This record gives sequence, structure tokens and C-alpha cells, in this order.
Amino acid sequence: MTTVDDRPAAPAGAPRRRPHPVLGLLRNSWRQLTSMRTALVLLFLLAVAAIPGSVLPQRGVNPEQVDRYFRDHPDLAPQLDRIGGFEVFGSVWFSAIYLLLFTSLVGCILPRMRDHLRALRSRPPVAPKRLERLPQHAVLEAPAATDPAAIAAVLRRRRWRVEVRGNEVSAEKGYLKETGNLLFHTSLVAVLLGVALGSWYGWHGNRLLVAGEEFCNTRQQYAEASLGPRVDSNDLPRFCLTLDDFDARFFPSGQPESYRATVTVDELTGSTRPAAFSVNSPLRLGSANVYLLGHGYAPILKYTDRYGRSQTSAVPFLTTGDANLTSEGVAAFPDANVDPATGKRDSTQQVAFEGLYLPTAPEAPPFVSSRFPTERNPAVVLVAYRGNLGLDAGIPGSIYQLDQRQVSNGKLRQIGDKKLGVGEKWTLDDGSTLEFLGTKPYITLSVRHDPGQTLMLGACVVLLAGLMASLFARRRRVWFRVVPADPGSGSPTSGSSLVRAGGLSRTEHPGFADEFAQLVAAVRGDGRTREGVE
Amino acid sequence: MAELSDQLVTFAILAYLVAMISHAVEYALGNTRAVPAAPARELVGAGVGAVGGVVKAPAAPVAAATPPGRSARQARLAGLAAVGLTVLAAALHLGALVTRGIAAERMPWGNMYEYVLTVTWIGTAAWLAVLVKRPSLRRLGLFLTLVMVLLLAFAELKLYVEVVPLMPALQSYWFIIHVSTIVVASGIFLLGVVPAVAFLMRNGYEQGRRSFPYTLARRLPAAAGLERLTFALHAFSFPLFTFAVIAGAIWAEAAWGRAWGWDPKETWAFISWVVYAGYLHARATPSVKRNVATWIAVLGFLTMLMNLFGVNFFFTGLHSYAGVE
Ligand code: HEM
Repeated sequence: MTTVDDRPAAPAGAPRRRPHPVLGLLRNSWRQLTSMRTALVLLFLLAVAAIPGSVLPQRGVNPEQVDRYFRDHPDLAPQLDRIGGFEVFGSVWFSAIYLLLFTSLVGCILPRMRDHLRALRSRPPVAPKRLERLPQHAVLEAPAATDPAAIAAVLRRRRWRVEVRGNEVSAEKGYLKETGNLLFHTSLVAVLLGVALGSWYGWHGNRLLVAGEEFCNTRQQYAEASLGPRVDSNDLPRFCLTLDDFDARFFPSGQPESYRATVTVDELTGSTRPAAFSVNSPLRLGSANVYLLGHGYAPILKYTDRYGRSQTSAVPFLTTGDANLTSEGVAAFPDANVDPATGKRDSTQQVAFEGLYLPTAPEAPPFVSSRFPTERNPAVVLVAYRGNLGLDAGIPGSIYQLDQRQVSNGKLRQIGDKKLGVGEKWTLDDGSTLEFLGTKPYITLSVRHDPGQTLMLGACVVLLAGLMASLFARRRRVWFRVVPADPGSGSPTSGSSLVRAGGLSRTEHPGFADEFAQLVAAVRGDGRTREGVE
Repeated sequence: MAELSDQLVTFAILAYLVAMISHAVEYALGNTRAVPAAPARELVGAGVGAVGGVVKAPAAPVAAATPPGRSARQARLAGLAAVGLTVLAAALHLGALVTRGIAAERMPWGNMYEYVLTVTWIGTAAWLAVLVKRPSLRRLGLFLTLVMVLLLAFAELKLYVEVVPLMPALQSYWFIIHVSTIVVASGIFLLGVVPAVAFLMRNGYEQGRRSFPYTLARRLPAAAGLERLTFALHAFSFPLFTFAVIAGAIWAEAAWGRAWGWDPKETWAFISWVVYAGYLHARATPSVKRNVATWIAVLGFLTMLMNLFGVNFFFTGLHSYAGVE
């Protein structure tokens, strides 16, 4: 059986001078690291290491679920957290695996690149002595092309790379395989660089925007923002967005049909422009993209305190996750019941309303969940509280929830509950009133900039092209040797010559036998015309 | 239309079942002649691959010496009938898909039920294509129809949902590009498992194992050919799968603002991709035996199954379109 060595023999062979033991160890470890077996083990480890990332909730994907996990497993969660269980893909061990893998990868492709460049410039190898030992071989008696140059011409026309040495023709084809393979592996590195670029120089911010509101792209205006280590808050591009309208359509079954946010963009160029975006078609500003993530309703509530002063708030109520947009939230009026005589805020007389908003309230109680996602019968179901809201304690609280500590320590008391339809008014025990005026839509959006994406996309295109070339191209070699038919007589180019042919595919190639047969037929036939079963 | 689709699925399952029985009859009657003699111009030996765990020549020529008796003719008939029934099943199956698509007024890939229906059809279609090129592999049909019956019955019993329109998040041409390529790649990976498992059994058999699962492989085609088919199918679908994952990332960028977010579904796609890359590596490494490499391919398919069933049932993520409560 014939095996042809791919690379120039590894320089491991000759025992020249003994290397320094440390150097020897280093070299050995390097060789070990860049071997295919190591790559295989590391690939396997990478796959295994990714599994906890899907089993445990991840901070970057779903922080609320991580919090819930902490609540449900108070003993286990901190342990898992310590070893990076909730940030698997940024953990030391996951990073270690892929960095080792990519080191191995670079260590593997660099020498192969050098060898391949050499192979691209070198000439097809000398024919083996005994062509009949090759997997494909043939003897051509009295062929049309007996002259090595004519045989070479036949091969060249079929895009083989040909070398004529005396009475021998060597030809090789399919360098694309290795080229593709190297491109593929190199582009893996480029994809990783793209990821790194994005995490260093990228940024993003999320926030909620009620219709009619404007926000500008500064860090302070985001509820949650994350800037790459190479990005400063001052680097954020300047622009402002106003949400003019939001339109959500639903099928009669309640399933969403389409969403569309209409905004006014002010890129601080002196003029503003209208724009729209939706799921699957983000708003692409030159410097950042704006994505629509979610939507909901902000009930407009007008509270008139016992001194007759009114305040109106349109606080977004957050959806609870059900498909019919049952939402919950709190409208707080910390400045309520300020005595006009003294002008002093009385911290025992603050007011808040907590409860649900139902876009389509049921006809009869219980009023706990909405029946449809659009506003067919909008209603708020609220509990009123009076007392100290705890806003001055300096403990940052959520604007979507009451401070429960104030309720449990008795400083904030419940004073009644009620369901209000649009336009309905509720008179509380102290004569103050709450009126439900209607709602405004709100959206949640994400603004992002990822400078690594172009590189990643380009690398992915190369990756695919390289992968296909590598998998489907086939490296193969053929040789033709012109010999005198009668060993005793004359020159190889005389009429009575034999041509011996042999060929092998260096990679599995079930069609090679046919290709070889066609090639032989072409040489046997007429060297100058195109034939064979093509 | 929707009811018609449901009925066609039922008929398709029945047709696969009868095809399976027919294959089993062929198997039982045991016409060893159908085992192909390894083609004389076997080329495996030429390349790097020669060192793998594949055993050389099958024992076919010996068996061929027995005169084809009546049972052999019957077996052949049963085998051909099985193929015919598989074609019929595939046609019914296609009809079910088309009518479902018409009923929903969209591509029938909107939820897990439709997804499984499409992937299995691709698997069958690819199988018939392989069969046209390599008729000698007919006996693998027993495994293929078994897989189809199991998966389709599971889909029918556990995954069935009424026809509903698409969520806004799925209304994108990337939906068609991403899902169609994923479906085709998965269908061919699914088909790839059949020769992979057959190879593992047959290879054990050829190496002299005579315990339970290996004995089943007595009448299977030669191991080397099964192994090559396994590789060809995986080599075909791996780039397709890669493309599908990339298309998914492009779509995710447009829909959610990030190309890759390690959502459970994305994580498992990554795991499958890495495992299949491992298979291709293992197969290209001379020191790794072919049966070890093939096990990695089977493992890859298990990760695909995990992504399809496990992730949809056990985890919640952005990709929650399964339509299963
Ligand atoms: C990031 C990790 C890697 C991935 C995802 C990966 C993926 C792949 C894939 C999918 C193939 C099959 C397609 C082809 O034949 O070109 C392949 C082939 C190959 N890889 Fe990798 N690879 C990785 C790392 C490495 C490393 C570290 C090495 C060196 C030790 C390596 C060496 C090779 C070689 C030599 C082939 C060609 C095998 C053949 O002759 O067909 N790869 N790789």
C-alpha cells in the first residue's frame, strides 16, 4: 500500500546535538499542544463546558432567573456563583479551554501555512518507481500521445499542475483542499477577534420609553447600560429619540401579529427626522442600532389630594409575562398632601397606588388577569396606601414596586382597594380622589453598538467558503511514464512506446477511479482534442 | 386543509410501519446475496484513512455461493416492496407538509410539531436519494423506517398543535433561510445516524463479536461502505448546518440586537457544532479509530436531539416557539 508523505519529514529524526532539557520539554509540550489529538480533546472539553451554560440561568441572558435561582437554592447558588456557574461563557475555565484551543489552532495552522505555501510553489513530485503499485494504474499501448509534452498538454487542459521530467510527467490537482482548510481555521481566529473587538469597543444600553417621551443617548438615561473596557461614557454618539407612537396588532386569538414603533430621531445635526422600527427591523443609526424588545401600557392616573391639588402620572406598568399583557406597577405620589399653609412635606401623608392594569378586564370578578392584549375594556385594579413611602431613606428602590419594609413595619398603611375603568373616579377616606384617565403605550428598547460584527460576518463568509473547499476538494496525483515498448530499442518517443500511468487520491475520493480512467482515455485517444466521457 | 394534513400524517406513519415490516421480512428471510461484495476497486487503502478500525473485506462472496432459493426471491421481493412503501410514505408525508403549509399560509416550520415533520421528511427524501445511487444499501431501510415511525408517532402524540400564524419575531425572510437550512441539515444528520449505528454494529460483527446487538448486523452491508456513507452524509450537512447557524446569528442580530447571546438553544447549537467538528477531526486523525470517530457522530446527533426536545421542554429561552406547554 502506498502512502505519500504530506509534509517534509518532521525535523524530529536525526539525533543531532542534545537540546537543553527545559527547551526540550517546552518543545515537547508545544508539539503535544498542537497535535490533532489535543485539538480533539479540547474541542470535546469545550462542548462539555458549554453545557452548564444552558442548564443554569446566565446573568447575561436572564438576570431575573439568576435571582430566582438564588432565592430557590440559597445554599447552592453562592457556591455555583463562585465557580462562575452563572457566567459560564466568561468564566476562567471556559476561557482557559478556548484560549488553549485557539493557541493550539494557531500553532497548528502556522506551520501548515508555511508548508502549504512551499507546496504551492514546488513542483509535482517525481513518479514512484513502480506505477503499477499505485491504487490506480494502467498501461497504454500505442497511445496517441506518446510524447511527454503532448501528455502534459492533455493534463494542463484539465487544469492539472504538470511537471515534465525527461520521459516522465507528474501532475497534481486539488491544492484548494488545503487552502480551504487553512482559510477555514484562520477565519475561526478572525471570528474570535471579532468577538473580542466587540466586547472591548462595543456598548449597549436598555431602557423603557413611554409614548411622548424623549431620551438622549447618555449613560445616565439608561436603566441598564454596559460599556466595553475601551469605551468611555463620553464616547457615546449623540442622538435623541422621541417615541411618537406605538402600534401593536393581534390576531383574534390574541397572538401578536405585528409591532411598530414610530419615533422622531434627532441626531443633533440641526434637523430631526421621522423613523420607524419593529421586531426584525431595527432602527439603524450610523453610530448605533436601536432594537425593539418589548412593549406595554402606562396608565395615566390623576390624584387630587385633600387640599385639592392634582398631580398626574403616567407610570409604566410592567407586563407579568402572560400573553394578554396583564401588567403590574405602582403610582407613587410622594408630594401629596403638602399643607399649603406650611408648604412642608408630611412624610406620613404620602400616597401610592399599587396593583394591576388589565387591557381587557373580565366582565366579572376576579379582576386578576387580562383577557386580551389590546384595550377592549381597560381597567386598573389598585390598592391605595398612605404613610411613609420610604423614599427618603436613601435606599434605592424600584420605581415599579412599593418598599415592602415600610408596609411591614407599619409606616405605610393600606387604605382600600378598587377597580377603575377609564374616566372613573375613586374617592378615598380623606376626600382625596384618584381618577384613571387612560393609558399611553411604552416600549422597551435596546441601543447597541458592536464594532466587531463586520469582521465576524466577513470571517463567517470566508469560514464557509473555506470549509466547503476543504471538505469537497480532493488532492490527487497522477504520473505518466513513457517507456520503449521493446526495452531493447530506440528512443522513448519512437512509434513503439508504451505509456505507464498511475495515480492516487490523497484523500478519500470514490470518484477518482473514474476520473483516472477518463484521463487515461484522453491520453490514449488524441492528445490534441477534448474527449472522454465528460 | 388542516384535517387533511393530520390524516395524511397518520397514513404516512402507517406506510412507514408497513415498509418497516416489509424490510424486517426481507431481513428475516435473509437473502445474503443482497450484501454487496466490496467493489474491487476499493480505494480506502490509498489515503490516510487506512489505519482506522475498519476491517478489510466482507464475507460476502462466500454467501453469494449459496444458490438463490425461493426464500431469497421472496426476500428480494419484500425488500423491493419495502422501498416502494417508503416512497409511498414519503409522498404522503410530503402531502401532509404541503397541506399543513397551505392551511397555515406559511412555511410549515412554525413550531416543534411541524419542525419534526419536516426534518423527518428530509431524512426520508435524502435516504431515497442515497438509495438511487447505492441500491445495495437497501437493508438500512429497516433502521430508517424504524426511526421514522418512532419520531413521527412521538410528534403526533406529544407535539401536536393546531395550525396558528407566526409570531412577529418569526416574520422575517431570515426565518425561511435559517430554518430551511437547519431543517435540511438536521434531516441529513438524522439520516447519517442510520449508517453510523449500522456501522458500529457491523464493525463489531466483522471483528468477531457475536453478542446481542452485533448479531443483528449479520446481514448488513460491509462496514467500510457504511462508514464512508456516514462520513459523506456528515460532510454534506456540516457546512449546511454551519451556514444555518450563521444565518441564525444574522437574524438574531436583527431581531434581538445581538448575534450570539448564549440562549440555551444557541448554546446547544454551539455544542452540536463543536461535536461534529470533533467528528470530522477524529476521522481525519489516523490514530483515532473509525469506530471512535463514528461514536462522536452519534453523540453529535444526540446533542441535536437534546437541542430539539430537551431545550424546548426543559429550558426557557428566546427561542420559545415550540408551541408546547
Ligand atoms: C477552534 C477549533 C477548531 C475547529 C472548530 C475546527 C474545525 C475543523 C473542521 C470542521 C474540520 C473539517 C473540515 C476540513 O476538513 O477542513 C477541520 C479539519 C482539520 N483541522 Fe480543525 N478545527 C479546530 C482546531 C484545529 C486545531 C487546533 C488543529 C491542529 C492541531 C486542527 C487541524 C485540522 C486539520 C489538520 C484538519 C484537516 C483534516 C483533514 O485532513 O481532512 N484544527 N477542523
